[in-house]
Amino acid sequence: MSIKRRDFLKTAAGSSLLLAAGTSTAWGASAQDELPPKALGILYDSNLCIGCQACMTACKRANDMPAEHSGPNSIWDNPLDLSAKTLNIIKMYTSGEEQAFVKRQCMHCLEPACAAACPVSALRKDPETGVVTYDKDACIGCRYCQIACPYNVPKFEWDDPFPQIQKCQLCDHLYDQGRYAACCEACPTGASLFGPVKDLQEEAQRRLLMEPGRYYEFPVNHIQKGSAVRHRAKAYVDHIYGAQELGGTQVMLLAGTDFQNLGLPELKATSYVRDLEGISKGLYKYMLYPVAALGGLLYVVKKRGGHDERP
Amino acid sequence: MAEARPAGGRVLTVPFVIGIAVILIAGIYMAKRFIYGLGPVTGMNDGFPWGLWIAYDVNVGTAFACGGYAMAVLIYIFNRFEYSPLLKPAILTSMFGYILGGFSVFIDIGRYWQMHNVFLPWHANVHSALFEVALCIATYCLVLLIEFAPVVFKRYPIKDLETKLNRILFVFVALGMLLPTMHQSSLGSLMVLAGAKLSPLWWSKLLPLFFLMAAMLLGYAIVIFETSLSSLRFNTPHELKIVRRLSSIVPWVLGVFILMRIQDINAQGALGLAFQGDLAGNMFLIEMGLMLVGLLLIALPGNRQDPTKVLWSALCILLGVGLYRFNAYIIGYDPGNGWHYFPAVGELMITLGIIAVEILGYLWIVKRFPVLALPERPQRA
Repeated sequence: MSIKRRDFLKTAAGSSLLLAAGTSTAWGASAQDELPPKALGILYDSNLCIGCQACMTACKRANDMPAEHSGPNSIWDNPLDLSAKTLNIIKMYTSGEEQAFVKRQCMHCLEPACAAACPVSALRKDPETGVVTYDKDACIGCRYCQIACPYNVPKFEWDDPFPQIQKCQLCDHLYDQGRYAACCEACPTGASLFGPVKDLQEEAQRRLLMEPGRYYEFPVNHIQKGSAVRHRAKAYVDHIYGAQELGGTQVMLLAGTDFQNLGLPELKATSYVRDLEGISKGLYKYMLYPVAALGGLLYVVKKRGGHDERP
Repeated sequence: MAEARPAGGRVLTVPFVIGIAVILIAGIYMAKRFIYGLGPVTGMNDGFPWGLWIAYDVNVGTAFACGGYAMAVLIYIFNRFEYSPLLKPAILTSMFGYILGGFSVFIDIGRYWQMHNVFLPWHANVHSALFEVALCIATYCLVLLIEFAPVVFKRYPIKDLETKLNRILFVFVALGMLLPTMHQSSLGSLMVLAGAKLSPLWWSKLLPLFFLMAAMLLGYAIVIFETSLSSLRFNTPHELKIVRRLSSIVPWVLGVFILMRIQDINAQGALGLAFQGDLAGNMFLIEMGLMLVGLLLIALPGNRQDPTKVLWSALCILLGVGLYRFNAYIIGYDPGNGWHYFPAVGELMITLGIIAVEILGYLWIVKRFPVLALPERPQRA
């Protein structure tokens, strides 16, 4: 673990009393449309998903996750939601005739609230790929990331005396082997598509312009390395979920039904991370205010004799 | 003339023994928590990752422990030295509240064996409000111990150390005013990141300011409350006179706090949420109601001459403002997806055990150490 000397000094200065509002931040510098240079992500298309759950099996295998038995008579892995055992899940929404699948996992936010919240930098956004990673050796288990995450993604091992946080890390441990997210490797229809976020954004926009009922080519698995299949386009809701939400996310979704029906929260465009950043900059002004306040207090108390008796 | 001296009397009374029993039961659950993990002992879950221990023990508990802070600000900043007899007992309760708040954090965090990471520069995230809270609370615990040390020296003098400490005590007194200002507001900043999951009845960009005002209010209220109680128990008429004057400050701070909050909710267009009839709305109304009753009870100067009204007002403020902070962490928080939280028995017992330690510790110290300003005892012939 290497750290720049300047960063160390900056942090040390902060730790000497408290928070220094640094110049650039690990999470706050990226603007809405400013992606990390090699930002990777997933485009999930609910209209292409057939609910086969191949992605869930692949995810469990790639990340060495245990099976989750929901209910007393469960024989096989059947999680009901994301949990400390399940990093990726396909759920189905039904309403009368209408049905739609949705994939839930870490969204890999451009301004991740979990990383902003974490007091020990256990959650970090990779400056190159933008993947939000977790380091159990840094984590103190305070669970503030769970409070902060707008999507309730990080999960905690409640029944373990030595617990850790679990969440999708976009299979960043597979990149060295020339592989990518296992869920996308396994997806037969192209519903889960891996690749550079920029390419995925263009692909998403292309799909929104498609004429429902006509046939089109859809890339499968990996937008640059994968093959392609022909599907008949279905009608899309005119919104790329994750393009605007709280400053944007690297995992994006397309769907034929309202995203709120799929359990995705309706969120404003600016992140709460920015709101908080504005507040603490205003309050602390690069540590100037606290230091000035301490100076003033020292003077006043000294003048009054430094004891609680009348000087 | 009244001056600080031990109150004397038996320490091992019947309530004291009951308190010890509560602490022992809490100890059993604590062992269970470390052997089996947090799940089997608490009601916490992935939707409500923070429960009673953070929302009450730390968030409300350390605010109840702001008596020392609130009094110090009054005495040193506003030059009101007539209040100084109240400072020592206030610092004592602050010390217990903060150290036990810190202890609750230790029980609550999952990977406690790595808690020192907060203090390591290469791990510390200086932008995190929780980092700021952790660092300041840890430092403030030390500051409180040092501020209280002169009382201990009065009973067990260590000549050299005492004079040395007195020379630099002013540094700690100053820190003792800066640190709570910072972390009590940060406890509010914390919940800014909860964002859409926190009801607009509590979510606000002004959270740090509201939490600071709440800490101040709870600090004064707890001093009024404790002094009124100990004057009943230990006969300290001198302190009671001071409390009457102290209670004239509270209505102003409380009035501004209530108005600002209502205006802030109104600006978000969320006042209607108060009247939905759901838990959050009702808790908001209870919280506001308690604050208003507390305000009305001591807003009139005539009422402030009546010790009973002052005591009831302090109690309403403690409950109302305490509830505000509790609501902002639990009741107003909704992760969606049908998650629920209710504290489990073990969780509750551990909290009660911690409260018992505070009360027993306070009683033992005021009986054995010179903390309270007591009138002269008649000389025995």
